Formats: sequence, C-alpha cells, structure tokens
Amino acid sequence: MPEIVKGRVWKYGDNINTDVIFPGKYTYTINDPKEMAKHAMEDADSEFVQKVKPGDIIVAGKNFGCGSSREQAAICLKEAGVGAIVAKSFSRIYFRNCINIGLPMVTSTEASDHLKPGDTVTIDFKKGKITTPTDTFDFPPLPEAILGIVDAGGLIPYTRNRLGKA
Amino acid sequence: MGLTFAEKLLALKAGKSKTVPGEIVEVTPDVCMTHDNTAYIAQTFKKIGVEKVRDPSIHVVTLDHCVPAANEKFANNHREARAFAAEQGITLYDIDMGICHQVLPEMGWALPGTLVVGADSHSTTYGAYGAFGTGITRSEAAVIMATGKIWLRVPESMQIYLKGRFQAGVTSKDFMLHLAREIGVDGALYRSIEFCGPVVDEMSLASRVVMPNLAVEIGAKNGYIRADHITDTWLKGRARKDYTKVEPEPDARYTETLTFDVSELPPMVSGPHNVDAAKPAREFAGKKIQQAFLGSCCNNRLEDIAVAAQVLKGKRIHPGVRMICIPASRETLLAALKEGYVQTLIEAGAVFLNPGCGPCMGNHEGVLADGDVCISASNRNFLGRMGNPKAEIYLASPRTVAASAIAGEIVDFRDI
Repeated sequence: MPEIVKGRVWKYGDNINTDVIFPGKYTYTINDPKEMAKHAMEDADSEFVQKVKPGDIIVAGKNFGCGSSREQAAICLKEAGVGAIVAKSFSRIYFRNCINIGLPMVTSTEASDHLKPGDTVTIDFKKGKITTPTDTFDFPPLPEAILGIVDAGGLIPYTRNRLGKA
Repeated sequence: MGLTFAEKLLALKAGKSKTVPGEIVEVTPDVCMTHDNTAYIAQTFKKIGVEKVRDPSIHVVTLDHCVPAANEKFANNHREARAFAAEQGITLYDIDMGICHQVLPEMGWALPGTLVVGADSHSTTYGAYGAFGTGITRSEAAVIMATGKIWLRVPESMQIYLKGRFQAGVTSKDFMLHLAREIGVDGALYRSIEFCGPVVDEMSLASRVVMPNLAVEIGAKNGYIRADHITDTWLKGRARKDYTKVEPEPDARYTETLTFDVSELPPMVSGPHNVDAAKPAREFAGKKIQQAFLGSCCNNRLEDIAVAAQVLKGKRIHPGVRMICIPASRETLLAALKEGYVQTLIEAGAVFLNPGCGPCMGNHEGVLADGDVCISASNRNFLGRMGNPKAEIYLASPRTVAASAIAGEIVDFRDI
C-alpha cells in the first residue's frame, strides 16, 4: 500500500452498494481487472469512468460497499485509478476486500463531512493525516493484525510470504 | 462475564477459552462454500503457489447463480468450476440442486455449533441452524483452500427479542423489513445479531431462515438463532456428522437488546432502492407492477410456495403481470410438485423455473425492462439489481407478492 495518496475528491452519499459500484450481471463473466474497471460505479455515477484520474479519492458517507461480497467492486475502483476511499464506515465485507486487494481506505466521519467534490486531498497513511489546502483530519491506524496484510500488498502476497512461496 | 454466541463460537474455532469484541482471531472454518465464483477463486488459489487444497473435505461448491448457463461465458465459468472441484476432490452440487444457502443445510453441511463461511454475502443464512454463518471474499476463500484458515474480528453482539403474536399472514419477512426501517441498513454494522424470544421459538425453520438471511442487509456479520428441537428434527437424517450446539451464556453482555412486540405489525413492503425504505404495504397500495418474483435465498422454500399457492388457488394473476416462481432447491421443487403447488401456480398464470438464483442479481430468467416495477420476495432492491437500473424493485413477503400479482399492483393482502 502506498504511503501517500494524492488526488481529487469524488463525493457520494451513504449506503453506496456493490450493485451500483459493479453490477451483478457482470460478476461471473468478467475476470479481467481492466474490463472490470470499465464498469466502475456504473449505476452510481455514469461520468465516473470517463473522468476519473489516477490517484483520485472517493469520499462517501456511511456503510460504503454494502450488499454483495463481490471482490470486483473493490478491484474495479483500484483498476480505474482510485487511490483511496474515505468513508464514515464501510460494510464489513467491502472493508475486507479493500485490505485483501490493497485498496487503501480510511474511516473518518470528520473528513467525510468536510471534504468537497473536486478538492485536491493528500492522505498520508504513515502519519494518519488527510490534508486539504485548508484543513487537516487525523485518522487512526489499522489494527496491527491487519497491517501485516496491508504491508505485504494484499492477502495473496501475504499468504505467499507466510507459506514461503514468495 | 459470560460469552455471547459469537464470542464463544469464535473462541472455540480459534482454540481459545474466550474472545472479546474487537479481537482479531485466526480460525479454522468447518465449511467453506463457493458457488459460480469458484472458477475465479480457483485462479486466485493457483496464484498462491499451492498445488493441492489443504483440506478438500471442508469445501463445497454449489452452482446456482446462473443455472443452466445463460450463454457461453457462464457455461465456461461452470466448466472451470467443475474441473477444479474434480481435480481437488471437492464436493460439487451441480445445476440441478438449487441455491447454495438451501442446499448446504439440506445436505447437512450447515450444523449447529459450526463455523460456515461462504464467498457470498448471504452466508449469514446458516445462522438459522445454530451455526456461525458469515460472508467472506473471493481471495479469502482461495486462502482457506491453501491454508485452512481465515482471520475474523470478534464482533460486538446485539439481541433482537421478538414477543407477541403475528397477525394472520404476517411473517418474519415483514418483521425484518420493519427492523431495517427502524435501525437502518447499517444498524447492525459489524455486529453479531442473536434473534430470540417466544416468537422466534415458535417459528418454523423456513420462517427463521429469513432473519439471518436479511441480517446482512442491516450490516450484520452474522445472525444467530438457537438450535432447538425444531432444528434437530429438520436436521435428522441430513447432518453429515454429529454436532455440538454452541449457545450464548446467560450472563453474556450485549451492546444492546432491542425488543419488538410483533402483534401490531402490518404487512411491510420495502421500496426502491434500499432495504430500509420500508413502509406498511398499504402506503404503497396502487403502485402498478409488471413482474412478481417469488424466489431467492430469502423466501422460496416449500412454506413460501404453499402460501403463494393458497393465495393463487383458483385465481388468475393480473394480465399485466409476469409472475416468476423459482424454488430454493430440487428438494423444494419435488415437494411442491407432490403437493400440487406447482400446478396451482402455473394454472394461475405463473412461470415456474428450475431451482437457482434466477433474476435476483440480474443474470437471466426475468431481467427487468426499462420502467418495470417488480415486487419480489428476495432480499435486495438496489438500483440495477435485477439487471436494469431503469427498473424498480419492491421487497415483500411471498403472500404480499402473490396477492399483488393478482391485483396487478402492490396491495395489503388483507384488503383483497
């Protein structure tokens, strides 16, 4: 996972579910991450795919990624260039998907409330700080048991390391 | 201080005497379920660099999400899943068997006191049988194949206590839609829910199943119902091995206990596009529908089909409505045939399809047209869920779905 992510804010509301992030009808027929990226946020925001730039940051309300467990809902955003997701809370399976595939995420109600669409934001994961030209928001680090997975670059590399397959 | 079900069960599976909420434990699941996503998971498994699945006996594959295959992509996906299961010696239930969350209990995999994880969010369903059922990700299923283990965070626990007596025809589905409205779709986020009280004790297993199934729709990690004589009777002759029940301790500590008296609860309907957009059915009355769906892992067991048959017996569904019935499993279908329910429904104008997930997530068998309104006995009404973001989905009980199919519009079944 990168130490610093810098990008523009895409702002969404509460309960953005995985069906609008990556529609269910694609889940068993698209296996290529680049193809997945073409459908990112398809039913949430039709402009997203055309306008997203590498490093951009999704800022959402509570319960981001609720619904289906589909991993593609995290992969499609990472492949589309999303640098990080900031939300008031994440659905538990989506949280796991982010950790597992190495999509940085921050839980912060304060940042979610204050960040505005189009803001350019820097997230420093080591320091636990989100900075905008005018504000700074602190966030706590991930639990230590999970940091190992994040530091390894996701669950599959982490498991390879553990099994001596690296 | 006693342990809740989640604290006790996860301690057991982690080889510890106790656990506390927030703790992260590494556990060995008893069962790991994957479905049409198995082909993708197999590819991920191979990236780990392990040749053989560590313990094939804990894995089970159920092809159900698009069966029979709708096109060559789905067909190739199934082919890969079958080849992987055969290569690794993993049990696979093919397209004849039904929905994973019904097939696993029927075939005796989901047992009281077991940890059943599934690469499907509705794996919470297994809690209806006294198991700890929870959804995991595709990568995690691949890692369990390689290592036999997964990390889980011990959840905070809450109790949902049901008392009183349902009005005639009102069910656990109506209650769960009401609960979603009361606490919101993140009202139980990260939590373990224990459903209890006299109303739960008296429920049939098919009615109980709806509650842990919908628990994930309010954010829960798992939903649990204590296994009792009803569970034991149902599991007799099905259980693949002996089981030891795990129950919460009497002095367990809960984040909160919510008590509901269900006596005044009306039939509920959840409007688009969130499960918590629920209101009494009468408040949606008059909303024209074009499709009625009796299916999904939530509500399409024999009891549900019996209700629909009772409502539709000797009647015709509205000419403007397509009604699609998809039983939960082969066993359900055989029983519905024997009871004459299939004939009743077809005579009433319904389309009866083979067991599986059907149009629930928009793959096939009843994808909606632009502007369509569908009343559904399923568990998700998200925008685009049934394959078309220009359609609307309303969630309801099987009785409300059947009554609305006759009326051609959403109704409170007590009004017809």
